[in-house]
Amino acid sequence: MSPVSRRTMIRRGFAAAAGLSGLAVAERIADRYGLVPPDHGGIYGPGETLTYAAQRLLTRRSLAREFSRSQVSNPPFANETAPPSAQFTRLQADGFKEWRLAIDGLVAQPASLSLDDIKRFPVRRQITEIACEEGWSYIAEWIGTPLVDVLRAAGIMPQARYVVYRSIQPNWWESIDMADALHPQTLLAYAMNDGDLPVTFGGPLRLRVPRQLGYKSVKYITRLTATDKLESLGTGEYAWYAGI
Amino acid sequence: MPETALSVDRMTTVATGTDAPRHAALVRVTHWLTTLSFLALLVSGLEIVVSHPRFYWGETGNVLTPALFSFPIPSSRATVPTGYGYVLPDQNGWSRYLHFEAAWILVLTGALYVIWGAWSGHFRTNLLPEASDRSVQSFSRAVAQHFRFARPVAADASSYNLVQRVTYVLVIFVLFPFVIWTGLAMSPAFVSALPLTVTMLGGRQSARTLHFLASVSLVAFLLIHVVMVWFAGFGTRVMAMITGAPARTREAE
Repeated sequence: MSPVSRRTMIRRGFAAAAGLSGLAVAERIADRYGLVPPDHGGIYGPGETLTYAAQRLLTRRSLAREFSRSQVSNPPFANETAPPSAQFTRLQADGFKEWRLAIDGLVAQPASLSLDDIKRFPVRRQITEIACEEGWSYIAEWIGTPLVDVLRAAGIMPQARYVVYRSIQPNWWESIDMADALHPQTLLAYAMNDGDLPVTFGGPLRLRVPRQLGYKSVKYITRLTATDKLESLGTGEYAWYAGI
Repeated sequence: MPETALSVDRMTTVATGTDAPRHAALVRVTHWLTTLSFLALLVSGLEIVVSHPRFYWGETGNVLTPALFSFPIPSSRATVPTGYGYVLPDQNGWSRYLHFEAAWILVLTGALYVIWGAWSGHFRTNLLPEASDRSVQSFSRAVAQHFRFARPVAADASSYNLVQRVTYVLVIFVLFPFVIWTGLAMSPAFVSALPLTVTMLGGRQSARTLHFLASVSLVAFLLIHVVMVWFAGFGTRVMAMITGAPARTREAE
């Protein structure tokens, strides 16, 4: 081996070492600033991580587009849902008077709120578009309580990194990071287009996350859990981050 | 002979000797990375279309609104009125993961290629039409020649002809950026930070339709590209894009 190629080898070795430690540092920084999604492993992990990191750097405080009243879709499109569970039907028969939203996990005061309790919080109305991952979309006015207000009232702890939200329907839950959980447009929506939120659109209570695709806006919410780690991701085979 | 003079001139601008590679190593690597990621984007993109094979214009669109155009194929969603008595299985999970992973490979590969192409003079030397060729007359002459399927001249073995140059410039600097832009314009998070990227296109559904049409144009390019390579000598040209070996024309043999 000639000395030149040995020198080249050494130089390449240093470059590789620098590259690897650079990657390690980048990973540490990315984790510190919440740029690594929970589904960062596996063959699709690199793509998901790049998308999530790039969008979180770009969109941490940006607001979803809001529209004028004349742009509201009439009629809106109600996507299909599984047949309501027996528990849901029982609560519906009573006009949802017994509907409760439990708040637990990393909060100072776990709570259980009725729909009236939720309606006592300041109201936010916003006209946003809901876009399904399939491709279709519609615009509606959503009226409800910003999730951030409910989380603050329950004393959300600083170590919380995600909020898991569950539907009354079996095996239906999702989770979002704190950037979306504390975002002013993330709503616990109980009304739509100046009426109660229809059951077909997620009534009596739906979490609207307007900066992500429709499947993150889970219908029939009964439980919020603040947590620092996720054991499973929700919509099984779909990407966890759906801001695309 | 002017033809020979031209060949020699082109040879010297592209490569300094006959042993120099037909395509630079970076061009070869980025070409095949782009091919792979484009095919992955195509398969996963078509799969996603199956879940809603209807296209709209404007901001919103769904099965309750009129479609701009739709495809008479079965769908993977029961909510889409297709006329078929069955619903295809939902494959959007892996399709969406693959679509965005391949998109990142394509974007990073493209960025590397564009930075290298500008820095190395690849665009100036090999892609932009030569100064003497920048006229409507020479372009129409070159197109006419193309459609006569004239045998490639010796110069074509070492350099791109005018029609190739114009097509490649359009694909690299117009179609690919447009398909990336229209893709990003469908992201609710991305447009929350940069709303103009979607309003300029006429709304979310317009962006989706344009994304589809841009993809169709890219597929048309791919098909014509493969046919032209076939006419020019498939094995030799593909090997040149893999190993970089200088291609030999029939004249040279």
